[in-house]
Amino acid sequence: MENDVEMEREMIAEQRGRTIKNVLMCSALAFAALIAIIPLVSVFGYVFLRGFSSISVEFFTSMPRPVGETGGGMANALAGTGILIGLAGLVGIPWGLAAGIYLSEYVAAGEKGAGLGGAAIRFGIDMLASIPSIIVGLFVYVVVVMPFKHFSAWAGGLALGILMIPTVARTTEELLKMVPVHVREAGLALGLPRWKVIVYIVVKGSLRPISTGIVLAIARVSGETAPLLFTAFGNQYWSHDLSAPIASLPVQIYTYAVSPFDDWHRQAWAGALVLILFVSSLNLLTRVILKPSGRAGA
Amino acid sequence: MEFDLSNKSELAKAKRDFHPGDRIFGRALMLPAYSLLILLVAIALFLLHGAWPSIQRFGLKFVFSSTWDPVREVFGALPVIYGTIVSSSIAVLIAAPVSIGAALFLNELAPRRVSEIVGHLIEMLAAIPSVVFGLWGIFVLAPWLRSVVEPALGRFFGFLPLFQGPPYGVGMLAAGLILAIMIMPTVASISREVFHSIPRVQREAALALGATRWEMIRLAVLSGTKSGVFGAVILGLGRALGETMAVTMVIGNRSHISASLFAPAQTMASAIANEYAEATSDIHLSALVGVGLTLFVVTFIINAIARIFVWRTTLRWSAK
Repeated sequence: MENDVEMEREMIAEQRGRTIKNVLMCSALAFAALIAIIPLVSVFGYVFLRGFSSISVEFFTSMPRPVGETGGGMANALAGTGILIGLAGLVGIPWGLAAGIYLSEYVAAGEKGAGLGGAAIRFGIDMLASIPSIIVGLFVYVVVVMPFKHFSAWAGGLALGILMIPTVARTTEELLKMVPVHVREAGLALGLPRWKVIVYIVVKGSLRPISTGIVLAIARVSGETAPLLFTAFGNQYWSHDLSAPIASLPVQIYTYAVSPFDDWHRQAWAGALVLILFVSSLNLLTRVILKPSGRAGA
Repeated sequence: MEFDLSNKSELAKAKRDFHPGDRIFGRALMLPAYSLLILLVAIALFLLHGAWPSIQRFGLKFVFSSTWDPVREVFGALPVIYGTIVSSSIAVLIAAPVSIGAALFLNELAPRRVSEIVGHLIEMLAAIPSVVFGLWGIFVLAPWLRSVVEPALGRFFGFLPLFQGPPYGVGMLAAGLILAIMIMPTVASISREVFHSIPRVQREAALALGATRWEMIRLAVLSGTKSGVFGAVILGLGRALGETMAVTMVIGNRSHISASLFAPAQTMASAIANEYAEATSDIHLSALVGVGLTLFVVTFIINAIARIFVWRTTLRWSAK
C-alpha cells in the first residue's frame, strides 16, 4: 500500500519534470526563432530610415561629385550595374539554360551512360554555387585582366556571369523535371524529333517558370561586390566603353561606406536602399511570375 | 535511304540517323553542361598559375609563416588563415544553435501561418547583399559593440585573454557576429529541409507513446537527422569562410595574430579584397592569388563534405 503511494508520487514528480523540460525547451526554440529575426529587422530598419532620409532625385540623375562638394549622385553606378548585369546575362543565361536542359532531358531521362556524368555535373554545379564569389573574381582577374593589363566591364560581366550559371541551371533542371513524361511521349509519338519536342513542347511550355530562375540569378549577382573589385574595378565618370573600368552600385556603396566623409556615408545608405529595393522586387517578381501558372509549389 | 534492318549495326545506324538533328542538339547541350566541370578545373589551375611565383619563392613557409609584410615583400598567410578560422568559428558557434532552434520551432511547433511568415523573413536575410551588411556593420553593429557589448564583456570576462584590450568595435568579434547573421538563413533553411524529410508517422508514433513535444523532437526528429544537421552547419561554415565584403568592412584589416577578439584582424577573403589595390609588386599580387587558392581548396573540401552529409540524410529518409 505504502509502496503504491510512493510510486505514484514518483511518477507524478517525473511527469512534472518532463512537462517543465518540455516548456523550457519549446520556449528556447521559440526564442531562437525570435533572435534570428532581430538582425533582419535592424538591417531593414536602418537601411530604410537612413536611406529614405538621404535619397533624392539627384541621386538617380547626377554624377558623383569630388570630395568636399556636397550633393551628387550615383547615376553612372546605376547605369554601370545595368550594363554589367546585361553582360553577365550573355554568359550566364545560355550556359546555365543549356546545362539545366541537358540535366533534365538527357540525364534525368536515363540516357545511356549519362548517370555518372550527370552526377558529376550536378556536383560541379553545387561546388560552383559554393565557391566564394571573390575567388571567381580572382580567377577572372588572372585570366582576363592580367593579360590585357587593364580592368574592364567585360571582365566584370564575365565574373558575374559565371556566378549566375548555378542558379539558372538548377532552377531550369528542377522546373523542366516537373513537365510530365507523357507530354514528351505524346510529341515523340507524333513523329517529332526529340530536339523539337524539347524546344517547342517542354521548354516552350515552361518558359514562365524558367524565367524565374533567370530573375533569381540576376537578383543574386546584382548585389555582388567582391568579384567586381578587381575586374570591373570602378569609375568616377560616365563610361560606355566596355573595355574600360566601369562603376557599379555595390562597389560605389563600398567605396563610400569606408570613406571618412559624412556626405558619402549618406549616399552609401541611399545606394543600399536602392539596392535592397531592387533585389527584393526581383525576388517578389519571381513569385508573381509563378503564381498564375499554378506552380507556386516549385 | 535504304537500310537492311535485319543487320544489327545497320539497325542501330538507322535509329541514330532517323533524326540527325537530335544528335547535334544533344551534343550542343552536352558541351556546356560538361564544360562546367572544366570551368572548375580551370579556376583551380589559373589560380595555381597566378600564385606560382609566390609558391616558388616561399614554398610551404607561405602557409606557416606569420609575417605578412608587403613593404619587405615577405608573405606568410598564417595570420589571415588564423583570422578566417577564428571569425568563422565564432560565426558557427553563434549561428548553429540559433538557426537549428529556429528551424525546429518553425517546422515542429509554430502554427502554419507563423512558420510561413517567419520562414519568409529569414529567407529575406539571405537576399540582402553582403555590402549592405557591411554598411550596417560599420555604422550600427561596430558602434554598439564598442560602447555596450565589449566594455561589458571586458568587465565580466576580462580575466580571459579573449576579452582583453581596448574595445575598438571593429575587429574579430564584429566580423564573427556579422558572419553569424549572414550564415543563419543558410543553416536554418537546410536544417528545415532535413527535418522535413523525416516522415510524419515517426512524429505521430513518438507522440502516441506519450512523448511530450520536446521528447518527440529529440527522439523522432533530431536523432535521425544528426548527420544532415551537421551537414547544414558545415555548409554555413563554408559560406562564412569565403564571405568577403561585410567582413572586410568590419574586421579592421590588420594582419596580426592576437588572442583578443576585440583586436582588428584579417581573413583570407578580406585580405584579398582590401589589398588588391595597394598591391603594386607582382609578388604581392601573386601572394594574394595564393591566399585565394588556399581559400578555394579549403571551401571546396568543406562544401564537398557538407553535401555528402546532407545527401546522406535526405536520401536515407526518402528511400524508405
